[in-house]
Amino acid sequence: MSTHERQLEPRSTTGEQIEPRDMSDRPPRPQVSAEPSPAPVSAARPPVPPLAVARPEPAREVSVEGLRAFYGASETLKGIDLKFERNQVTAIIGPSGCGKSTLIRCINRMHEEISHARARGRVLLDGVDVYGETVDVVAVRRLIGMVFQRPNPFPTMSIYDNVAAGLRLTGRRRDLDRRVEQALRDAGLWEEVSDRLSAPGIGLSGGQQQRLCIARSLAVEPEVLLMDEPCSALDPIATLRIEELIAQLKQRVTIVIVTHNMQQAARVADRTAFMLDGRLVEVGPTQEIFTNPRDSRTEEYVTGKFG
Amino acid sequence: MPHTTAGPSAGGMPILTGDARLRRRRLLNRAMELTASLAALIAVAVLAIVVGSVVIEGASAVSLDFLIHNAAPFGQSGGGIANAIVGTAILVALATAMAVPVGVLIGIHTAEFAAPRTAATVRLALDILNGVPTIVIGIFVFGLLVAGKAQSGWAGAFGLAIIMLPIVARSAHEVLSLVPKALKEGGLALGVSRWRMVLRIVLPTAAGGLITGALLSVARAAGETAPLLFTSSIFANEVSTNPSNALASIPFKIFLLAEETSPSAHAEAWAAALLLIVFVLLANVIARVLYARTSGRIRRAQ
Repeated sequence: MSTHERQLEPRSTTGEQIEPRDMSDRPPRPQVSAEPSPAPVSAARPPVPPLAVARPEPAREVSVEGLRAFYGASETLKGIDLKFERNQVTAIIGPSGCGKSTLIRCINRMHEEISHARARGRVLLDGVDVYGETVDVVAVRRLIGMVFQRPNPFPTMSIYDNVAAGLRLTGRRRDLDRRVEQALRDAGLWEEVSDRLSAPGIGLSGGQQQRLCIARSLAVEPEVLLMDEPCSALDPIATLRIEELIAQLKQRVTIVIVTHNMQQAARVADRTAFMLDGRLVEVGPTQEIFTNPRDSRTEEYVTGKFG
Repeated sequence: MPHTTAGPSAGGMPILTGDARLRRRRLLNRAMELTASLAALIAVAVLAIVVGSVVIEGASAVSLDFLIHNAAPFGQSGGGIANAIVGTAILVALATAMAVPVGVLIGIHTAEFAAPRTAATVRLALDILNGVPTIVIGIFVFGLLVAGKAQSGWAGAFGLAIIMLPIVARSAHEVLSLVPKALKEGGLALGVSRWRMVLRIVLPTAAGGLITGALLSVARAAGETAPLLFTSSIFANEVSTNPSNALASIPFKIFLLAEETSPSAHAEAWAAALLLIVFVLLANVIARVLYARTSGRIRRAQ
């Protein structure tokens, strides 16, 4: 344990925990540790102001080091080193099968939900390895939310219950109404659904469903939001709304978005990473990747020569 | 000599109408098709004949008296099977209470938690258990719970529960496997533990299908006789609701009535059979309807 800690935790002396910051407007964040997360207690908590303004404290950063991922014997990620800056949108582009989705699924450890899938290497959330041996995978996923390719609202639940699900199922039942409203506002869906919160979530349109799923993710107040081609099942107008949303959300969370659509990457991302065949080819400011890439393969891809 | 159908045949027969060999094949094809259809018809006919004869023979003996009274004292005619109806209801209810929670848990294990190989082993075990002759289960329960003690409704219900278990577990596995992976991942990605995700997201989505499995197993258990033969067959001719005593049951009552010599007893046996078959058919129909609704919902969620 101690060797492990020294190796993985050069700057921490308090064990593999991510210390919750002092916050007056939110309950303590869940800690990335094997212990059960502390109950949200702070009796004299002032009401939360709307989140229209940027939060004072920055979100967390994620850095991937030497990440390799496997499905059975085949190696999908062949050693990725990549840093996702806090409060920035990083797009991951690349042709189908290059490992984009696998990469972000390794960040919140969804990769291991597939049988015979495993990962090696490190994924550091503010310096703490989410694959550390004392780390609880459930705690990791509370801090690193995910939005999937196809909207997946829970079919038995109403709009309200869908958004409240993460809070309820992780034991945070206080102040539900306010949190649900806030999450729906943050996801830009409140105006459209405030009069029918008890209607089933699957009754919404595709774009609304996807924003509902974003609201569901935001409700548990993640630090990082992973988006796996969130617009691939949506029409252009719904896509535009999600993209506007991403631009706002980066004030609160670090965003990693996988996309097939290079225009989308150019529109929403501060930084863009280009992957090919399980390897990172290059990463840099989006502008640079699209106009002045260092690698010829990147140039060929972004100019549409292949992919 | 080999006969090709790819080119014009030796006789210059037009290629599209086929030669004698092709015609023969077509006839054989028709014949096999008809035979298979006939076999399918037999299955339907057997069901129709069984149900029809039970209705014809039993309908005349079913009456309110038959349903709410116990058997008349020896030597008198009339009476009914009230104690058997109550007894079956209690036996099946107890067996359901034993088998359904365990069966659903087994289904959750094989569908959500177990490694593929473990799950396959468990499912194989369930299939074998499903194939164990019910009389063997009866003997087993007799040796376990009755021998040296007394017969009881508990023992009978336990035997029925063993029969229900594989049905519930297999159907639970099937229906839980239908729940889209995207929903499960959506729950897990919120930082919900796997167990709570299963409990609050997967189970509600699959609820109708789980009830279907439970209902089918109830229908099966309600008609079982052999597990009750040694465990709950020596019962009083009065309504009893205490499972510490042996309880009457409709299937065993049918057996007793059929063993008697009087025609009126035989009519009562038919009537009891009618009651049983109506219950089983109803349970099956309700189960199908529920299943159709659930699978519709699951499909919409995809």
